[in-house]
Amino acid sequence: MYDIILRGRAIRLGDSISTDDIIPGRFAHLRSNLPQLAEHVFEDVLPGFISRVKQADILVAGRNFGLGSSREHAPLVVKMAGVRAVLAESVARIFYRNAINQGLPALLCRTGGISDGDELEIDLAGGTVSDLTSGARLDCSPMAPLMLAIVQEGGLVPYVRKHGDFAMPGGSGGGHSDGV
Amino acid sequence: MGKTLAEKILAERSQSDARAGDTVVARVDLAFVQDTTGPLTVRQFRELGFPGVASPGGLAVFLDHAAPSPVRQLSNDHILLRGFARETGCHISEVGEGVCHQLVAERFARPGDVIVGSDSHSVTAGALGAFATGLGSSDVAVAVALGRTWFRVPETILISLVGEFPRGVQAKDLALYLIGWLGADGATYKALEFGGEALPRMTMAQRLTVANMAVEAGAKVGLFPGDEVTREFLAGQGRGHSYRPLRADGDADYERVISVDLGELEPMVSLPHVVDNAVAVGKTAGVKLQQVFIGTCTNGRLEDLAVAADIMGGKKRHPDTRLLVAPASRQVLSQALEAGHVQKLIDAGAIILPPGCGACLGLHQGVLGDGELCLSTANRNFRGRMGNPEALVYLASPATAAASAVAGEISDPRELI
Repeated sequence: MYDIILRGRAIRLGDSISTDDIIPGRFAHLRSNLPQLAEHVFEDVLPGFISRVKQADILVAGRNFGLGSSREHAPLVVKMAGVRAVLAESVARIFYRNAINQGLPALLCRTGGISDGDELEIDLAGGTVSDLTSGARLDCSPMAPLMLAIVQEGGLVPYVRKHGDFAMPGGSGGGHSDGV
Repeated sequence: MGKTLAEKILAERSQSDARAGDTVVARVDLAFVQDTTGPLTVRQFRELGFPGVASPGGLAVFLDHAAPSPVRQLSNDHILLRGFARETGCHISEVGEGVCHQLVAERFARPGDVIVGSDSHSVTAGALGAFATGLGSSDVAVAVALGRTWFRVPETILISLVGEFPRGVQAKDLALYLIGWLGADGATYKALEFGGEALPRMTMAQRLTVANMAVEAGAKVGLFPGDEVTREFLAGQGRGHSYRPLRADGDADYERVISVDLGELEPMVSLPHVVDNAVAVGKTAGVKLQQVFIGTCTNGRLEDLAVAADIMGGKKRHPDTRLLVAPASRQVLSQALEAGHVQKLIDAGAIILPPGCGACLGLHQGVLGDGELCLSTANRNFRGRMGNPEALVYLASPATAAASAVAGEISDPRELI
């Protein structure tokens, strides 16, 4: 069963970290070779990140984390590097959805008081972050039930494999064409 | 209480009331992928274990980001995507046909559609009144399998446009101005909807440019109504049957309303490395450029090439400034050839690139050198965007780009027209 209490060490980032900062577009040719692609995560903005990051680390960013491209490879390589969760003041919409879909929880809270290296504890369901180093306790919005369920299954694909659908009411069918 | 455009479309497609804040599962009319996100979509789709796609007619694969492919790995990704298209019977747009968002506008999008693409600039089709948005590969894979996806119905910011663009000021300047004003996260999770008395005078090319950049303010969609301009555009594409009038209700509930007088706008430039770093061109004029790039899903349309050709006609690019021009589609290239724009641009010293995305995202065709500066008509100026984290990318309109290519430095196009 997926643990909804996560514990890890903070890696600090600033504002407006784009998907090009996370995994630059110039490595598009490595996207079908994920282990090779993952070697370049944060290469331009945090040189040496890949040798510094440890299993269960937590990325702590400022405003508008993950703005830019829809490349799901961004949360994918972050997760492959060992990161367990992302905390930010705000997260760009597509990155947020992609992170959840990759089973990487992303939570919004006031991150300004968290320092690099702080030991953090996150309660995903309750929506709290405890900075065990500084003793501060931060409220964040709890994850929506559907999103928590997707994260607990390890991502959207395993979730839909198991449930066959979104566990919500909805229409059916779809599709049209207009020429080629 | 009436409905915004976003609420109206999602209500129809989810068969529910769909008010801002609700979560709905909506029918998807078109799901599409491009060649740098498509391979992951295909793998995720296979992982899902569904027997087939929900609707081959509602699925399209575009080979546009690496077109033609510069490297073996991407050529192999193309092979994978061609195989997937054969297996599923879906649409495929080959290398050279053009940028996915331009082709979605030319060939697929209809007012009232829900469109999802594994590319953030999928918002472009909002210009035709489609609820069109970018999703990641897994979300698109699920939409391909189920024919449906989930959305939180967004709150809407109404942008009310009045007045007329002054000479030398373009839709791109409006987009950069708005993003500068809203901020790069000013519309996160929200819909932008465009209205106002200026709308009937805004061409489809202008609408596509503005809708394309909605995501640069964080928005989920940038929606225009389905109106006479939409009808004429669709008829011109041989898709008159796809038209339906579509507008928000008069008593719709908007989170806020922002009014913009187009007549007060100036040519704008977004400085590196964030799009909301937008200033009037005068504030950055004189910055020397090693490259100017005219093209992309933002500004690679016939009207954009026409403006550039008019400004550059009879002149030459500055000898220290390379000029790259990439038409957004084969149709655009063909029409620009016929109209004489391409010849004028070649005579001015332009390099004509094949229709596609390559230079914009730094994949190939125009990768910048260390310390080089490029003025681009694209939508993003992030660090590393054009293939080199040591280079600087500025964003502007095709008119500003053309004037700057002649001068070799960032220049106000109003001085040349």
